[in-house]
Amino acid sequence: MEVVFGYPGGAVLSIYDALYDDDRIKHVLTRHEQGAVHAADGYARATGKPGVVIATSGPGATNLVTGIANAYMDSVPLVAITGQVACNMIGKDSFQEADITGITQPITKYSYLVKDVNHLARIVREAFHIASTGRPGPVVIDLPKDVTAARAEFRYPPEIDLPGYQYMYNGITAKLNCAVEAIKRAKKPVIYAGGGVIASGAHEELLQFAERIQAPVTTTLMGKGAFPDTHPLSLGMLGMHGTCYANYAVSECDLLIGLGVRFDDRVTGRVDTFAPNAEIIHVDIDPAEVGKNVNIDIPLVGDVRSILVDLLREIEPQRHDQWLDTVYRWRRDYPLSYCTKKDTIKPQYVVEEIYKVTNGEAFITTEVGQHQMWAAQYYHCKYPRRFVSSGGLGTMGFGFPAALGVQIAYPDAVVFDIAGDGSIQMNIQELATAVQYKLPVNIAILNNHYLGMVRQWQEMFFNKRYSHSNMAGNPDFVKLAQAYGAEGLRVERPEDVRPALEEAINSPKPFVLDFVVDEEENVYPMVPPGGSLNKMLGGSK
Amino acid sequence: MKHTLSVLVENKPGVLTRIAGLFARRGFNIKSLAVGETEDPEVSRMTIVVDGDDRIIEQVTKQLNKLVDVIKLSDITHDEFVDRELVLIKVHCDASNRSEIIQIVDVFRARIVDMGRNSMIIEATGDSGKIDAIETSLRPFGIRELVRTGKIAMVRGPKTRNGEA
Ligand SMILES: Cc1ncc(C[n+]2csc(CCOP(=O)(O)OP(=O)(O)O)c2C)c(N)n1
Ligand SMILES: [Mg+2]
Repeated sequence: MEVVFGYPGGAVLSIYDALYDDDRIKHVLTRHEQGAVHAADGYARATGKPGVVIATSGPGATNLVTGIANAYMDSVPLVAITGQVACNMIGKDSFQEADITGITQPITKYSYLVKDVNHLARIVREAFHIASTGRPGPVVIDLPKDVTAARAEFRYPPEIDLPGYQYMYNGITAKLNCAVEAIKRAKKPVIYAGGGVIASGAHEELLQFAERIQAPVTTTLMGKGAFPDTHPLSLGMLGMHGTCYANYAVSECDLLIGLGVRFDDRVTGRVDTFAPNAEIIHVDIDPAEVGKNVNIDIPLVGDVRSILVDLLREIEPQRHDQWLDTVYRWRRDYPLSYCTKKDTIKPQYVVEEIYKVTNGEAFITTEVGQHQMWAAQYYHCKYPRRFVSSGGLGTMGFGFPAALGVQIAYPDAVVFDIAGDGSIQMNIQELATAVQYKLPVNIAILNNHYLGMVRQWQEMFFNKRYSHSNMAGNPDFVKLAQAYGAEGLRVERPEDVRPALEEAINSPKPFVLDFVVDEEENVYPMVPPGGSLNKMLGGSK
Repeated sequence: MKHTLSVLVENKPGVLTRIAGLFARRGFNIKSLAVGETEDPEVSRMTIVVDGDDRIIEQVTKQLNKLVDVIKLSDITHDEFVDRELVLIKVHCDASNRSEIIQIVDVFRARIVDMGRNSMIIEATGDSGKIDAIETSLRPFGIRELVRTGKIAMVRGPKTRNGEA
C-alpha cells in the first residue's frame, strides 16, 4: 500500500495522527469522501492494485456508500477503512454513529468490525487478500475509535486462515476438452470479452487465442482494452450501444466464447433471443455468474488467464475466412457514424480528436451518460486498464475523481476525463484536490446543456417531454476552473477542438475544456430496452 | 421444489444477517431456517429449507458458497437424512373436547406441557410431515398460537460434517 485517499474526522483522528509523520504512505485529501472512494477505485482499475480509502464514522462512512457499490458492481479491489464510535458506544445512536458494516453488507465482498486491536493486523491482511483475489471486490474495515487509540504489538500473521473463502483458479479439465471440441467444430465463432480478462491479466493470452482460432472479438464496456480496438479482429463494443457488426456477429454466431463477462442486460438485450444459434462457453472465476442470466452449454469456472493458457495448449490454428468475410462486410456496410453539421461541434468528433491527439496512449476515464457511450465507441483503446468507466452501477460523478486516482498512480501520463455537463457537477469540488496535488488531469466536458442520456430516452420513448433534464443552471465552467486555480477554455467551433486539446495536454495544470456541442445529438446504434440485439435503431440494416 | 441445505458457518456476529440478507436481496424464498452451535463452538450449523426450481437452487447454493463465513454447504435433499422439527401449539379446549385432544396427542406421541381452563399447550417433535399432520388435526379445535423451530437435519450413516467417516 503506497497511497490512500481520505478525509479526516473525529473517529479517525488516531489514524490521521499516525499518518502525520509517516513517509511510507502518501495520503491524498479529497474534498468529499465520495471523491476519495472513486479516486481509490480509479487507482485500483488503472494499476490492478487494491485502492484504499479512509473516512470517519457516520456521515464520512455513509458518503462512501455509492463508491463502494460502484466498486462492487465492477469487481474492483478496494479496502475502505471507516472510523466508528468507541466499542462501548456502539448501538446507542451515539454522535456520528452509523452501522456501516450493516449498510454496506449487500455491496461488499466482506466486512469487519474490529473490536480488539490485537486482531487488527490479521484483519488488515485478510481484507487485502479478500479484496484482491478471486473475483475482486470491496472490503470494509470498521474501526472503533478506542481500537485505533489502543496499542498492540505488531504481529503480521504469516498465514491466512479463512476456511470459508475459496475460489477455483484452474478450470476442470473435463470441461476444457468439451470447450476444445466446440472450438474445433465451430464455423462462426465470436469471442465476447469482459472486465474479467483485464482483472486476470489475460489480454496477451486473449490476443494469441483470438488470432489462433481466427474469431472476431467484441468487448463489453468493462472489457474495453482487453483486446486492442485497433486489431483487425476487433468488433468494438456490443450491446445496447454496441456496434451493429458486433451485435450482428453475436446474433449469427454458432459459438459464443464469453470470457470474464456476466451477461448483463445492457449486453444481452432480450435474453431469449440472445445468440440464438450459438453454443455458449462461459469462462469466469465466479461460479455464481455461470448460468445466472443465460443458459450455458460449457461452463469453465476459473481464472480466465489460466484457462486460456490451457486452451492455447490444446488448440491448433483454425480458419474461418468465410465467416470473417461476412463480419467484415457488416463492419464496412454498417460502421459507426454520425452526421456533421457546419459550425457545430459534434460530441463524437471531440472524442475522435482526443484519440488522435493522444495517439490512443492516454488514460481515459468517463462519467455516465451519452458522452460515456461516445467515449466507448470512438476512443479506440489499445491497452488494458486505460479505459476507466463505471459500468455496472453507472455512477455519474465517478470519472473525475477516478482520473485523479489514475494520475496519482501514473504522474506522467496523459489523463482525460470525458465528461458530461451534468455528471461533472456531481464531484466538481475535486478540482481543489487536483490543484492542491498538482495533478494535470484534463476534463473534456461534452456540454450539451442537457442530461443528454435522459433527454434521449425522453425524446424516443416519452414524446419529447423533456421533464427536468435541461441543465439551464450550468455554471461558467471556465471561470469555475479558474476560481479553483485550474485552467479552463470554452470551445465553440470544430476547428478549435484540436488546438484546445493540445493546449490542455501541454499545460502542467488541471485543465477544464468546455466543448459546446450539438444539444440534441443521440447515441446510435441503439437496441431499445428489452429488445433483441439484432434490432437496432440508427445505422443498421 | 423444496430443498434442504445444511450449511456450516463461522459462529460470529453478523453471519445470520449476511445469510438472511442474501436471500432477501436476491429474492430467494426461505421456508425455514434453524441455527445453532455445533460440537465445535466456533462453528454453527444452519439448516435452511428453500423453495425454488433447479435454476434458483443453483443460484442460492452458489451465492451462499461465495460468502466468506460459509465454510461448507451441502444440499442434502437427495441424501438419506434424519430431520426433526419441534412445535408448540396452544389449542383451545373445554370440558367437552379435552379427551378428544388428548387422544390426538397420544396418537402423535406428542406431549401436553401446559394445561389451563380452556387452553392447553402441546409439544410435538418429528419430521415436517408429522408436524403438518398434527397441526391439521388440531386446527378444528381452534389453534390460538403456534411456533415451529424450523427443521434441523443430519445425514444418516457414519459420515460427519467434514466428510470423514
Ligand atoms: C448518480 C446518478 N444519478 C442519476 C443517473 C441517471 N442518469 C444517467 S445518464 C444521466 C445524464 C447524464 O448527463 P450528462 O453528464 O450531462 O451526460 P450526457 O448524457 O449529457 O452526455 C443521468 C441523469 C446516474 N446514472 N447516476
Ligand atoms: Mg450533458
